[in-house]
Amino acid sequence: MLFYLFVTVALLSLSSYYLGRKRAFAVAGSHIRNLHSLPSFYGSYTALWCGLPALIVFTVWATLQPGVIIELVVASLPPELQQLPPGRLNLVINDIKNLVSGNIVSSSPDAAILAAADHYRHLQTTGNAALWVIVIALALAGITYGWRTISPQLRARNRVEHVVNALLIASSTIAIFTTIGIVLSVLFESIRFFHKIPVSEFLFGLQWSPQTAIRADQTGSSGAFGMVPLFTGTLLISGIAMLVAVPIGLMSALYLSEYASPKFRATAKPALEVLAGIPTVVYGFFAALTVAPLIRNLGTAMGVHVASESALAAGLVMGIMIIPFVSSLSDDVINAVPQSMRDGSYALGATKSETIKRVLLPAALPGIVGSILLAVSRAIGETMIVVMAAGLSANLTANPLQAVTTVTVQIVTLLTGDQEFDSAKTLAAFALGLVLFIVTLILNIIALTVVRKYREQYE
Amino acid sequence: MNKKPQRDIKTIVNASLARRHAAERRFRWYGLIAISLGLVFVVLMFANIISQGYSAFWQTYIELPIHFDSAVIDPEGHRDPHVLENADYAALIRASLRAQFPHVEGRRNLRDLYNLVSSNAPFRLRSQVLDNPEIIGTEQSIRMLASATVDTFVKGNIDRHIDESLRSIKNQEIAWVDQLQASGQLKQRFNTILFSKGDSREPEQAGIRGALMGSFYTLVVTFLLSFPIGVATAVYLEEFAPKNRWTDLIEVNINNLAAVPSIVFGLLGLAVFINFFGLPRSAPLVGGLVLSLMTLPVIIIAGRAALTSVPPSIREAALGMGASKLQMVGHHVLPLAIPGMLTGAIIGMARALGESAPLLMIGMVAFIADVPGSFTDPATVLPVQIYLWADLPERAFVERTSAAIMVLLAFMILMNGLAIILRKRFERRW
Repeated sequence: MLFYLFVTVALLSLSSYYLGRKRAFAVAGSHIRNLHSLPSFYGSYTALWCGLPALIVFTVWATLQPGVIIELVVASLPPELQQLPPGRLNLVINDIKNLVSGNIVSSSPDAAILAAADHYRHLQTTGNAALWVIVIALALAGITYGWRTISPQLRARNRVEHVVNALLIASSTIAIFTTIGIVLSVLFESIRFFHKIPVSEFLFGLQWSPQTAIRADQTGSSGAFGMVPLFTGTLLISGIAMLVAVPIGLMSALYLSEYASPKFRATAKPALEVLAGIPTVVYGFFAALTVAPLIRNLGTAMGVHVASESALAAGLVMGIMIIPFVSSLSDDVINAVPQSMRDGSYALGATKSETIKRVLLPAALPGIVGSILLAVSRAIGETMIVVMAAGLSANLTANPLQAVTTVTVQIVTLLTGDQEFDSAKTLAAFALGLVLFIVTLILNIIALTVVRKYREQYE
Repeated sequence: MNKKPQRDIKTIVNASLARRHAAERRFRWYGLIAISLGLVFVVLMFANIISQGYSAFWQTYIELPIHFDSAVIDPEGHRDPHVLENADYAALIRASLRAQFPHVEGRRNLRDLYNLVSSNAPFRLRSQVLDNPEIIGTEQSIRMLASATVDTFVKGNIDRHIDESLRSIKNQEIAWVDQLQASGQLKQRFNTILFSKGDSREPEQAGIRGALMGSFYTLVVTFLLSFPIGVATAVYLEEFAPKNRWTDLIEVNINNLAAVPSIVFGLLGLAVFINFFGLPRSAPLVGGLVLSLMTLPVIIIAGRAALTSVPPSIREAALGMGASKLQMVGHHVLPLAIPGMLTGAIIGMARALGESAPLLMIGMVAFIADVPGSFTDPATVLPVQIYLWADLPERAFVERTSAAIMVLLAFMILMNGLAIILRKRFERRW
């Protein structure tokens, strides 16, 4: 329904473009040079008058309408239903909505709910009809206004350009709003979490078991929210990943930029970068179903007990994922070292490997450290591999053969499945998200500053 | 006097040369080994997934002669659609199987026998009867889906030589399957269900159609939002923005957003779109909103690179002819930069297609058997479907997971290939 309204407005807007253009020709008389702007600008001017106010009203209305309707429906419910606790009231509202959309409802609906559903449907029809009338009326009024104001003196180009400029600025601020949105959404929920659990306990507690009793009379674990085991688990898996990725990535970058023939480089580099394009869920599947059993069997053959969700498996596969990341970043860094430094070293009789080890690497070191930091931040934030291949038990251990859990795994486990939104359990996920956001942000800022400083040094 | 140390240096250098060259060769080898390790990983992973998943594109069917007994389907003979709809079609299959294997006795054994065909077979018979009530009373040879266990066994994924208690198919079932195979009633056909059905608890009836449509709707939302906004932002920052603290702030923000872990975007989507704005959970609309925020930095960065590659002479020529700044951008710079921007957008879309972590947060992990039909229907996407199936222990699901991965990778290769072709075709060197 609303989609057709959108299309109608778009069509009206399009036709008003031609109307405005025609009008411009008409008011110009025989001399088109009398017009201030090109005729197409008069067209766009009318189209903007037609479309912009109508679309703004349309968006605001369409966003607000469902909420308002629910408010009205709830207000019209019998008092005994209105007095229900919020959770139960939500169920009733869901039943009403399901009735309206013709789905199967959970229980046989009683008369009050049926009446409410009718009321809902009625309000919805009225609201939509009103929206149609208002939006179309606005669009037509816009066309009329635009049409009437068109005159040879109207500075149509300037006006249109002002609007376009405003639109460009508006879209460029979305990046800022996203950041603000991220910060606010995790911050607010985290503050609510820290009202229940003190910050010090969260940051320095050694126990993590988020299972809390749902009902007051339930016995069960009271919940412990110390994130140290999660963080050590994250660091352990990321550490294993870096042990795989840094040597392989760095050596590949060195070989490709210093030794390889252009032909070899042209095929090997994209082939290696295929690894970066594979979705992480595929790595997770590979880790959980191929690498983890392999490692466990190897361990059994050597007489070592390996957990079936060992940190080693997740770390190894994550390392494979990060190889192209390290190699392409260090490749950039190595190529930024001036050729004159290499030539100087060769002139003194050094071999290629000596040049690399004594001249190239020390010169490129800050840049390489920066790219490794970026890779670490990537490893810490990686989710799917660890969700699928690492465990859920929060062990405080440095043994790569045991199961550990990570920050991202816990966020996913806490927020998928059924939950109450106010429990410490779900709020904890946001607190973990906040920590994750801050840590990766700091790592990125350090890395980017280091890399930039280093680049400037040679430019 | 000074001849002697010179000769000394020469001998020292000569003596060390062999060692130094050996070190050089070693170092070179390390590099080669590192690259081949990386490439071996690529090959291993693809080989692993293809070898596990290629068999999912075939499906085993059992052909059984079914007698559409009018006494069972329509005892009163009125052909009343309501009666036809509620008839016991499973009884027809049971009768046919009993006729095929007359020696099977005992409740448990009979149940094993009936389980050879998939649980959806009665529904197939029903729709056949409803489509064409004429067939009541006749005997037809009907092709029915075999159960996942039979399918897995026929594909050779269960070893018949290991102990009976260790495998999911019993000795007598193997005997029946062998007999059916010998009489040519067991057939392998292309697995159309995989591409035409939604998710299911029964592996043989599970397909990726629902996930594919979910991915499609999600990507449409992502593209419609992120491409116009990304292009507008790139144009503003590159062509219009004054150099001041505000634009610096925007740039820092864009670069940081590109490095924020994807799961944090999921938290944003959950807190803002679902809890604050009250948008429906599990909907492609919300998934697309979250993914477009993630894709924006990619498109903006690619868009700016495309704009900077347009030479300034074109801008100056346009301005020199009296064009306004917006005309200069709209008529000359943007058309030249659009292929590059599209390339960036397609690569961003490919990444969004493979993304799953933020979608777990906004509830796109539910078990959804229906194929979604709109932007607000509950849906899941292909990578999340892979994640869901990867958790299931049955061998038949492992096979389907790998097949779904192959489909996903095929789409990503297609998109990246398209981007490369676009770049090759429209790239201009100035």
